[in-house]
Amino acid sequence: MQTSTSWRSFRMAAWLGWLIESNWTDPFLFAVYSIVKPLSGAAILVIMYGIISGGNFNTPLFPYIYLGNAFYIYVGAVMTGVSWAVVDDREHYKTLKYMYIAPIYIPVYLLGRGVARFITGSIAVFITIIAGVLFLKVPLHFADINWGLFLVTLIVGVVMLAMLGLLLAGVTLTVARHEGFIGEATAGALYIFSGAVFPLDVLPEWIRPVGYFMPTTYWLELLRRSLVGNVAQAFPTLANFTNMEILGILLGLSIFFGVVSVYVFRWCDSRARELGLIDRTTNY
Amino acid sequence: MKPSNARFISQEGEINLAVQKKYSRKDTGWRLFLKTIIARAYPRIIGQQREISWLLFDVVMPMLAVIAYVFVYRALNAPEEYIGFVVMGGAMTAFWMNILWSMSSQLYWEKEQGNLALYIMAPNSMMAILLGMALGGMLATATRAIAVTLLGSFMFGVTYEVTSYLQLFSVFMLAMVALYGMGMMMASAFLLFGREAWHMANLAQEPIFLASGFYFPIKSLPFWVAAGASIIPLTLGMDAMRQLIFPTGFQFGFMTVGLEITILAVMSVVFVVTAKYLLAYVEKIAVREGRVTESRR
Repeated sequence: MQTSTSWRSFRMAAWLGWLIESNWTDPFLFAVYSIVKPLSGAAILVIMYGIISGGNFNTPLFPYIYLGNAFYIYVGAVMTGVSWAVVDDREHYKTLKYMYIAPIYIPVYLLGRGVARFITGSIAVFITIIAGVLFLKVPLHFADINWGLFLVTLIVGVVMLAMLGLLLAGVTLTVARHEGFIGEATAGALYIFSGAVFPLDVLPEWIRPVGYFMPTTYWLELLRRSLVGNVAQAFPTLANFTNMEILGILLGLSIFFGVVSVYVFRWCDSRARELGLIDRTTNY
Repeated sequence: MKPSNARFISQEGEINLAVQKKYSRKDTGWRLFLKTIIARAYPRIIGQQREISWLLFDVVMPMLAVIAYVFVYRALNAPEEYIGFVVMGGAMTAFWMNILWSMSSQLYWEKEQGNLALYIMAPNSMMAILLGMALGGMLATATRAIAVTLLGSFMFGVTYEVTSYLQLFSVFMLAMVALYGMGMMMASAFLLFGREAWHMANLAQEPIFLASGFYFPIKSLPFWVAAGASIIPLTLGMDAMRQLIFPTGFQFGFMTVGLEITILAVMSVVFVVTAKYLLAYVEKIAVREGRVTESRR
């Protein structure tokens, strides 16, 4: 039975991406790498919080910061995972042109390449949250989790991030310089405007609308609400919205950015083909 | 009558003249050493400034982290000096990133691109090449660090009160010499890496930001953790600079400024000398095991 081209493209890309991501060292060192990096990032915030609060981790702000930072790992991992595939295949392995002439769908292929980073990101998120629950008393009670909301939000968010990664992949196709920084810079900017580690109310008033326009703001808020419920709703930023309203906004913005991503990628792809950028290497 | 080979005689005369000119002298010894340093530093000082987009990214990326952490402290209602700590830490991250990506990984990348064998075959010292990389990197990164400091100070209203400019200058210079000495050591060690090099450099970002107290006083960590992290010159350098720059900085000092200056001075000597011997040893291994021209991904 012939599998569809899209599924084949996605599956093979996911397999290839995993081999590249995991095959650079032995499993032990890979595990250490996957654990140490995210925990260090979380620990910086924990120590900052601990110094100022005098070690009082019982305030609502701590789980807000901790969980927001933990799930934000997905933003960098998924977005960069999709867009970095262009850099990897074009500059390092010089195989992008062969992918273009293979019987696969390039956008789906790039999305598949992001799966490996999603998996390593998931491991990092899981470890970060477990460490928070075990050692820092993050008020996460498994019986109180709204699993339905959590799973729906997570799936919608990951798809949204993957589509944003596709948009960045399109931009990466057309630039010669700093292509490696595009994903990182975007993730860094969203870190400020998504309310990941501080409520949007802390931002100057004139810049807050940027945060309200980002789907990641609502995604992180819903994840917090599904996991720690009342604690997450203690902040005024989105307190007037119910869970369903926030989910609706998230879906709407995700669809909007998804459509934009598809059109931007198509335009960048055709431009890259016209200008002969598919097999260009810059050693940059 | 003009000889038939007049044109060639004239060219030969010009060639002889060229060989005798001042700048065609073959340099050896310390002259070659110095010229190598300058030649290797040149692309980093001049070349990078020509690439305005690099300057932009090298300032914007650290600033994103600075802005995020400043707002975290603001959300926590932290005292204002913590905002200053974040701005200073953000500026110093530029140096650590330079050590990771432009020093440690540089020889690995040179190997990937096929230049490393040329460096080794050329009649100059590899140590001079590393020193040139260090000098160029230090100067180029300093402009970025200053930009981050000025931008962060302006955006968040950070003020400074320097208690001793002489000590501040000493701390900064010694921290830089020790740091880039460490970078030279790491460059030698990374020469033996294959594709792990990129991941190792990536791994050494957040853990070092955490252990070295880039965004908070190192005194907040357990003593032995802070002591262990002091092997990174920036740890003690930043601790001393906090005490010298901020009015209440002395409250957050891990050690006294005098002691930290002494330790940094010792580190500077030890790291640079160790880099020399490590480079020679690693080069010998790389040549023996055929790793000078390998390209593994």
